[in-house]
Amino acid sequence: MTTRRDLLAGAGLAALATQLPLAAFAQAKDSVTIGMTLEPPTLDPTSGAAQAIREVVLQNIFEGLVAMDRTGKLVPALAESWTLAPDNLTYTFKLRPNARFHDGTPFSSRDVKFSFERAVAPDSTNAQRWIFMPIESIETPDPITVIVKLKQPTANFIYGLSWGDAIIVSQATAANNKTNPVGTGPFKFARWNRGDRLELARNDEYWGTKPSLAKATFRFISDPQAQVAALRAGDIDVFTNLSAPEAIPQLKADPKLKVTLGKTEGETILAINNAKAPFSDVRVRHAISHVLDRKTIALGIYGFDLDYIGSHFSPLHPAYVDLTGTYPVDLAKARALLAAAGFPKGFECTLRLPPPAYARRGGEIVAALLAQIGITAKIEPLEFPQWLERVFKARDFDLTIISHTEPLDIANYARDDYYFQYRNPEFKALIETIDRTVDEAQRNKLYGDAQRMLARDAVNGFLFILPKITVTKADLDGMWTDWPLPLTPLAEVRWR
Amino acid sequence: MTMYILRRLASFFATLLGAAIVIFLVLEILPGDPAAVTLGLNAAPEALAALRAEMGLDQPALLRFFNWIGGLLTGDLGLSYTYRVPVTQLIGERMVVTLPLASMAILLASAIGIPLGALAAANHNRAGDAAVMVFAQAGLAIPNFWFGLLLVLVFAVGAGWLPAGGFPGWQAGFWPALKSLLLPAIALALPQAAILARVTRSAMLETMQEDYVRTARAKGVSRRRTMLRHVLRNALIPVVTVLGLQFSVLLAGAIIIENVFALPGLGRLVFQSIAQHDLIVVKDLVMLFSALVVFINFAIELLYGLIDPRLRQAS
Repeated sequence: MTTRRDLLAGAGLAALATQLPLAAFAQAKDSVTIGMTLEPPTLDPTSGAAQAIREVVLQNIFEGLVAMDRTGKLVPALAESWTLAPDNLTYTFKLRPNARFHDGTPFSSRDVKFSFERAVAPDSTNAQRWIFMPIESIETPDPITVIVKLKQPTANFIYGLSWGDAIIVSQATAANNKTNPVGTGPFKFARWNRGDRLELARNDEYWGTKPSLAKATFRFISDPQAQVAALRAGDIDVFTNLSAPEAIPQLKADPKLKVTLGKTEGETILAINNAKAPFSDVRVRHAISHVLDRKTIALGIYGFDLDYIGSHFSPLHPAYVDLTGTYPVDLAKARALLAAAGFPKGFECTLRLPPPAYARRGGEIVAALLAQIGITAKIEPLEFPQWLERVFKARDFDLTIISHTEPLDIANYARDDYYFQYRNPEFKALIETIDRTVDEAQRNKLYGDAQRMLARDAVNGFLFILPKITVTKADLDGMWTDWPLPLTPLAEVRWR
Repeated sequence: MTMYILRRLASFFATLLGAAIVIFLVLEILPGDPAAVTLGLNAAPEALAALRAEMGLDQPALLRFFNWIGGLLTGDLGLSYTYRVPVTQLIGERMVVTLPLASMAILLASAIGIPLGALAAANHNRAGDAAVMVFAQAGLAIPNFWFGLLLVLVFAVGAGWLPAGGFPGWQAGFWPALKSLLLPAIALALPQAAILARVTRSAMLETMQEDYVRTARAKGVSRRRTMLRHVLRNALIPVVTVLGLQFSVLLAGAIIIENVFALPGLGRLVFQSIAQHDLIVVKDLVMLFSALVVFINFAIELLYGLIDPRLRQAS
């Protein structure tokens, strides 16, 4: 229990900290400064795909009906509980009776209906419409009950509701959420100096457990050297995903800091154009898989071992199957496979790389590995918009390296025209079955089959899971170190 | 003088129009759809179409060009694709960082470079001269991002006197804001100071050969007074020219320095807008920078007229 005196003391301390911006007071124990690489372009996660938006606002300012916890488990949020009728179609959500938006408006079932209908409206720019597409109808018999009927059983419906694209917004304020977000979460938006920092303040009216922090400041530092300098100078208390892996030994040696290497949902792949010869020949793809020495690639990019993958699936998910041993490094076998496919001397191709360091550095190493069996990959660095246009949209590429950071995006392999163009009716049918399999154990088994199928066909070169490097001050607790969803929830963060 | 100004003014506006056309055309042929960048790898085609309409990307290019020029003339720079706020607001927020930063850098560079150059010229072929030349050589050779990192290492990480980067905003108070601009301004000023020192030195050495200098000395004017009144003043024309030319170098340097120090200035805005394909901001900023550079050149030509009355008549 927080007593009135504690609150007063806290407020007094906060006031002191703002009035005396001295180094000693900058570490007042109820505020935290968080470093991030990218700045969110807007603050409305329903209007764009930028991960940085979610990292700042999801579970801090905005909440969904359900949330994901740090282990990747679904937990209640604005919905206290929910049930699925035996028809596997009708979800009944019981809402929190005492939740309020930051502007004081009470939260009710009407807001849920408004938010979901807004997401699929014709002028909606929601990047994840698939979450809401299965909805047949939404009923609101009373302010704290929502009944959602689906067109067909959809296993991942509830899961999708934990995403940033499914946050609940208020009709009165939704239009302004891009610049002045109003949600129901434990923190309120306070101030945004674009290009530098964004401040959140504790929401004292929060329906759930009040956060220990009164104030949180996100600082945006894109230069890796500047990130390390800010940490070492003590300007920031935590960096959520450091871009300077080479600085890890130096940071680990600092007793004031602790470094954690976490897992993410970022499957990093050597994507292959399956529709284009010679890559349409499975033997060529097998040959490529046999030369991709994951450890060499990881050490070359990061300087340390990573979590490797053998299919398009993150080890964070319970349905993960370890398939990393499917294609052991074997140059002789790779050469034989290439010869059998009609390329005894190899061939030339292009390797188009987006800007992130894992792609640019990884590309050099992959090209060197491929050269061992005579595949000469010409490296072409691209800016991200050009990568999106040429590789992703026009599918004009041979090979590329990219990390797919959305959870459960294995379903993209069922899209015929998705950029790597894996066209397999068997796989499509399997994904459809998975979508309709509500039983979790059964569904996880099917996910295992899907992973094996992708590994068997060597659709892409499956490399590793993007690591999340979290650096925190030694006496700060509660930060997420894994990323089942890319978020920075601050409700449980506290100074020791 | 009036004709001189009018002619300069006409070429000023012609240059700006030319710049606007080139900027628009270049960004027009650049591949990449800003809407696709915003919505990412899982976007549905309907959502993309809706966003393109919202951004005005579905209009024909010519119409967009005239809308843009019309907007520029009326002070409406449009809405940023990524931030969704007026570009004028964005530029205003960034200007209060870059302008003081650039001014501090120019002042520092002049305050260090010009006296050092004068000192070197006065001590030509002596130890002082050699020392200044070594400084100038080092200042030119050291990349300013590296020097910036060095400053951070010494004064922020080591001594803890100044922040390693970021900008608390002027609302945090004058001193905290100024403190966070100090190291970047020094890093930015170093190469400029080096160039100014060299230019001042050689311009003064050249002027010292002039007849009027010898006349002044022969008339019995003190060496010190000759140097200040006659030599330095006449050497200022090349120095001012270089100062003007350096302004564009300073803008380019600011992009790097603002990244090293995570400063929310115009330079970093350019960098981010290009990366995020916020073409409208890129367009407006490049236009703004062109206008600034053209304007500075214009102002410098006017300054020539003031410093050297002969130039007024010559034109």
